[in-house]
Amino acid sequence: MNYEMVLGLEVHVELATKTKIFCSCTTEFGGDPNTHCCEVCTGQPGALPVLNRKVVEYSVRAGLATGCSITQRCKFDRKNYFYPDLPKAYQISQLYLPICHDGGIEVETEDGGKKIIGIKEIHMEEDAGKLVHDPWEECSLVDYNRCGVPLIEIVSQPDFRSAHEVISYLERLKAILQFVGVSDCKMQEGSLRADVNLSVRPVGQKEFGTRTEMKNINSFKAIARAIAGESQRQIELLEEGKRVIQETRRWDDNKGASFAMRSKENAQDYKYFPDPDLTPVMISDEMIDEIRRTMPELPEPKKQRYVKEYGLPEYDASILTGSKYLVQLFEQTVALCGNPKEVSNWIMGDVMMLLKNSGKDAEELDLSPAGFASLITMVQKGSINRTVGKKVLAAMFSDKVDPEQYVRENGLEAVNDDAAIRKAVEEVLAQNEKSVTEYKSGKEKALQFLMGQSMRALRGKANPQTITAILHELLD
Amino acid sequence: MELLDLTALQLGQKIKSGEIGVREAAAASISRIRAAEPAVHSFVSFNEEAALTRADEIQKKIDAGELSSPLAGVPMAVKDNICTKGVATTCSSRMLENFVPTYSANAWHLLENAGAVMLGKTNLDEFAMGSTTETSYFGATRNPWDPSRVPGGSSGGSAAAVAAGEAFYTLGSDTGGSIRQPAAFCGVTGIKPTYGSVSRYGLVAFASSLDQIGPIGRDAADCAAVLAEIMKHDRRDSTSVPTAAPGLSAVQNGSVKGMKIGIPKNFYGEGLDSEVRDTILKAAEQFRAMGAELEEFEMPIVKYAVPTYYILATAEASSNLARYDGVKYGYRAKDYADLAELYTKTRSEGFGMEVKRRILLGCFVLSSGYYDAYYLKALKVRALIKQAFDRAFEKYDMILAPTAPTTAYKIGENTGDPLKLYLGDIYTAMINIVGLPALTAPCGFDAKGLPVGMQLIGRPFGEEVLLTAACAYQRETDFHRRRPSAFLKGGDAQ
Repeated sequence: MNYEMVLGLEVHVELATKTKIFCSCTTEFGGDPNTHCCEVCTGQPGALPVLNRKVVEYSVRAGLATGCSITQRCKFDRKNYFYPDLPKAYQISQLYLPICHDGGIEVETEDGGKKIIGIKEIHMEEDAGKLVHDPWEECSLVDYNRCGVPLIEIVSQPDFRSAHEVISYLERLKAILQFVGVSDCKMQEGSLRADVNLSVRPVGQKEFGTRTEMKNINSFKAIARAIAGESQRQIELLEEGKRVIQETRRWDDNKGASFAMRSKENAQDYKYFPDPDLTPVMISDEMIDEIRRTMPELPEPKKQRYVKEYGLPEYDASILTGSKYLVQLFEQTVALCGNPKEVSNWIMGDVMMLLKNSGKDAEELDLSPAGFASLITMVQKGSINRTVGKKVLAAMFSDKVDPEQYVRENGLEAVNDDAAIRKAVEEVLAQNEKSVTEYKSGKEKALQFLMGQSMRALRGKANPQTITAILHELLD
Repeated sequence: MELLDLTALQLGQKIKSGEIGVREAAAASISRIRAAEPAVHSFVSFNEEAALTRADEIQKKIDAGELSSPLAGVPMAVKDNICTKGVATTCSSRMLENFVPTYSANAWHLLENAGAVMLGKTNLDEFAMGSTTETSYFGATRNPWDPSRVPGGSSGGSAAAVAAGEAFYTLGSDTGGSIRQPAAFCGVTGIKPTYGSVSRYGLVAFASSLDQIGPIGRDAADCAAVLAEIMKHDRRDSTSVPTAAPGLSAVQNGSVKGMKIGIPKNFYGEGLDSEVRDTILKAAEQFRAMGAELEEFEMPIVKYAVPTYYILATAEASSNLARYDGVKYGYRAKDYADLAELYTKTRSEGFGMEVKRRILLGCFVLSSGYYDAYYLKALKVRALIKQAFDRAFEKYDMILAPTAPTTAYKIGENTGDPLKLYLGDIYTAMINIVGLPALTAPCGFDAKGLPVGMQLIGRPFGEEVLLTAACAYQRETDFHRRRPSAFLKGGDAQ
């Protein structure tokens, strides 16, 4: 039998505010344990939360960027459960009136088509701390630094039918949130975390199958593996005539398998109720208009503009606009040296290659637009040739060198002195009579050899067009 | 006049004029505390040395002209669920027996800046849950009028301390009557301000939508003076509302002439002790004689007040008290095999019976399947009660009601009957449900010689009206000046 999977995502994103959601402690990642906290975020008796208005602003921005409607009078609720990393034994979250609802993001399907994944809601909440297990002392320690870091949870509709769609959604969501500046979305630091709800059903069946939820998946690749592994597990159960149990499972990426955490029968009753310590959050039309007005250009319209305005190929434009960091490099470089098509070519070719070879993500890219622009300008003006340019870029990428200084110090300036080039070519021709004869008898390949020899004699620094012209002049 | 017979404002005046030294005042209070504590037990902790050192510091500031508050230098005490930086704040619970906050509650912080001299921390029902102060982990407080009786609660220590002359005024907290009922039982004056007028920052939460800090004092003017210091907007409490504190001279010089006072008949029906009823109605006649207009009216919704209160209060409490899990601070059970056992043992051993009962009730009304039937319905009744008061205040400036259905009862008399105790909150709890200000002041005594308190209920932020009326009443009567005579006279009681 053929099966189809049905997936929904809950994505937690840490907001890039400077301070926590309910106190003025820093949100900075890291720090010695329990140094970024106070009586409020550690839930000490009598301490009270006060909402950071930036969190509201960022959440509204995330909502508008994903096509959501804004709940102009939203509220906070308490989600009650016991765990040592949750100092109040409740998480302040939103259940009954989340700040954003009913949006959607366009994603790419496996066959290259497009479809919209619905966003059910976005709600604001506080992050918990984390437990550090000390295997030597056989104890657990609690670090409350992350407690109270603002999060939004973006809950999708169960609209996904493949891992491909899921990854496409996550990539676009990440790009959108980075573009509008609400989060840096660094998965390795936990500022973007996804829980995957997955069920399978025979193709053609209308009803959803029983779903499981997988938590703790910390990279896009691991998510794809988790989806493949879990869907296979469910299909095998059904094939064997067994049933899928509704439960929360933990994906272990090292073992390549998921493990049951708790079943629905043992599901916690979170006893949600409105938090009496916080008043309803009022969001005015003016605030929404202001956020809309100051919203940066989103990836999709930006891509269309690149194609239309700069004449970039659709593929190149979509790669560039897939990352805030590539867009920054592209736009700032173009602002300095013009020639968007050339800048795009450099990024798509050499920069992407350097990233790939070094195993880095675009967000780790550390290339100054000023240096990049001056490199491209040097190549454009012919003061270095393209091959030298590639070398210079590699040095900029690995050692952060200043391109002009690097070219100067290493004597890489192009030889533009026609007389010098002519002299070098004449010497090459004199030393390679055999090739000259071959060329004259019609072997075009010999010209390339002579060209290479000439360039070598000039230590690679001459403009190849000039060499070719002189070769033709002397030989033809 | 003996130093200890002065009101807080009178003492403050004499300290200001140099007639009485701050150390002298503190020493007098300390000697009264020493004498009274064995019988009354108002305090969970008091620190003579710290109080005297503090008194000297304040004296210097007063001498330097740095303190302008009329209460500067006056010895006082703070209920032990109000955080005092560097001083243990136990909530009268084993759970927080050793908890020393690193921050002060805003209300205490403001008084401290105004030059208050804190003698110690007063006893309460554990986590303010109770109306007798018998549920304190550190033992019951006794009523200074009759040590075989309860002082009321939960601010029983704060009320008894004022009645016994141990402190000139105290801070209490009121979630369902916890300032007013003990003040009434102990024959002193107390006010629960409008919800939002005094910051809750640093008040250890019982039920966040109901809790409010307020003063207990010897008369209405003292309470007004304390409110003038602590009714200030606080950005650290999201429910704090910017509002003007009552003006002291307006309170002291006003009258009730022309004031319309509503008498809600449903507050005077079944369950109200007849002596208490007659005493309150006599106070009503006194107001009439002073120029107020009285009118009876119906408020049938009062019968839903207690169940509504116990749903809302316990629901919030179950969540507020969940943080006491033995992980971060406070009590932790000694032996546990795993995390679940750490939690269950810590909470089983750290909390007393009444607290556990209320946590269980609260968990029940919030649990899935019951939420709509209990919690949501209680929120709806809350809205209806609010409407009933809104309608009443279209006609009246103030509502006059009993504070409690009876006078102080015997220690142990009601401990086995929580329902009966809960019903004792009938006249006070509904005021917290709608956040209104309400004051209690002594208005007579029953045949046993126990004080009776009347309750004045006002419009939102109508504290000045209530205090003005009480002050006018206290100019015409002397119930508030009477002291538990058999028990305490002068500086050395017993």
